[in-house]
Amino acid sequence: MIRKTDDIIIRTVARILVPFIQIYALYVIMHGHYSPGGGFQGGVILGASIVLLLITHGLVETKKKIPEKAIALFSSMGVFIYAGIGVLCLLLFGNFLDYGKLSVILNIPPAAARAMGILGVEIGVSITVMAVMISIFTSISTAEDHSKYDKEH
Amino acid sequence: MIILFDLIILIFVVICAVTAITVKDLLSAVMILGAYSFFMCLLWTEMGAVDVAFTEASVSAGIGTILFIAAIIKTTRRSKD
Repeated sequence: MIRKTDDIIIRTVARILVPFIQIYALYVIMHGHYSPGGGFQGGVILGASIVLLLITHGLVETKKKIPEKAIALFSSMGVFIYAGIGVLCLLLFGNFLDYGKLSVILNIPPAAARAMGILGVEIGVSITVMAVMISIFTSISTAEDHSKYDKEH
Repeated sequence: MIILFDLIILIFVVICAVTAITVKDLLSAVMILGAYSFFMCLLWTEMGAVDVAFTEASVSAGIGTILFIAAIIKTTRRSKD
C-alpha cells in the first residue's frame, strides 16, 4: 500500500532530514539521565525517522535498509538487554536492577557504575520502542483492504 | 507560571478538543487532534513538566497522528448509510 512518491522534492528533503532526526534521537537517549528525554522518547523519535522513510520511499526500498527480520530481532533484543542487566545485578548478589553492583565487572566506582547501568537500560528501552513503533506502522498500513473484504462477504 | 498565558493556552486546548469531536471529516479531526497535542505540550512546558511535554510532543503529536492517518487511509470518504 505505501509506495514511493513521484515528487523529487519530498524524497530529497526526507532523505536529507533522516540522519539529523536520528542524531537528535541519539542525543535524547544519551542525555536521558541528565535532562528531559530518555529511552522511550528517543526510541519514538528513532522510529519516526524510519516511518518518514517508509511513507516517502515506500515499503520495498525501506525493507532493503532495515528488513522485517531485523525489526523482529530488535524488538526482542531491547527487552533482553533490559532484563539481562537486571539479572546480572541479581547474579552479583544485589537486588534486581541494582546498578551499584556492576562496579565489580566494569572496574569503576559504584556511582559511575550506576550511571552506566541506567544508560544500558535506556538503550535497551529505545531499541524495543523503535522496533515496535515501526512494526505497528507497517502492520497497520499493509493490512488487507477492508472495503474490498466487505463487498465480497 | 503566568496565569494569563496559562488561561490562553487552556482556552485553545478546549477549543481544539471540542472541534475534534464535533467535526464530521475524519482527516480534519486527526489534524485538529494533532494541534490539540501541541497546545497540550505547550501547557505542560509552561507548567514546568518538561519531560511530560517531551513525551506528549513525540508520541501523541508525532507517532499518534501518523498511526491515525494510516488507519484512516483504509476507510472511505463518505459513510455508506
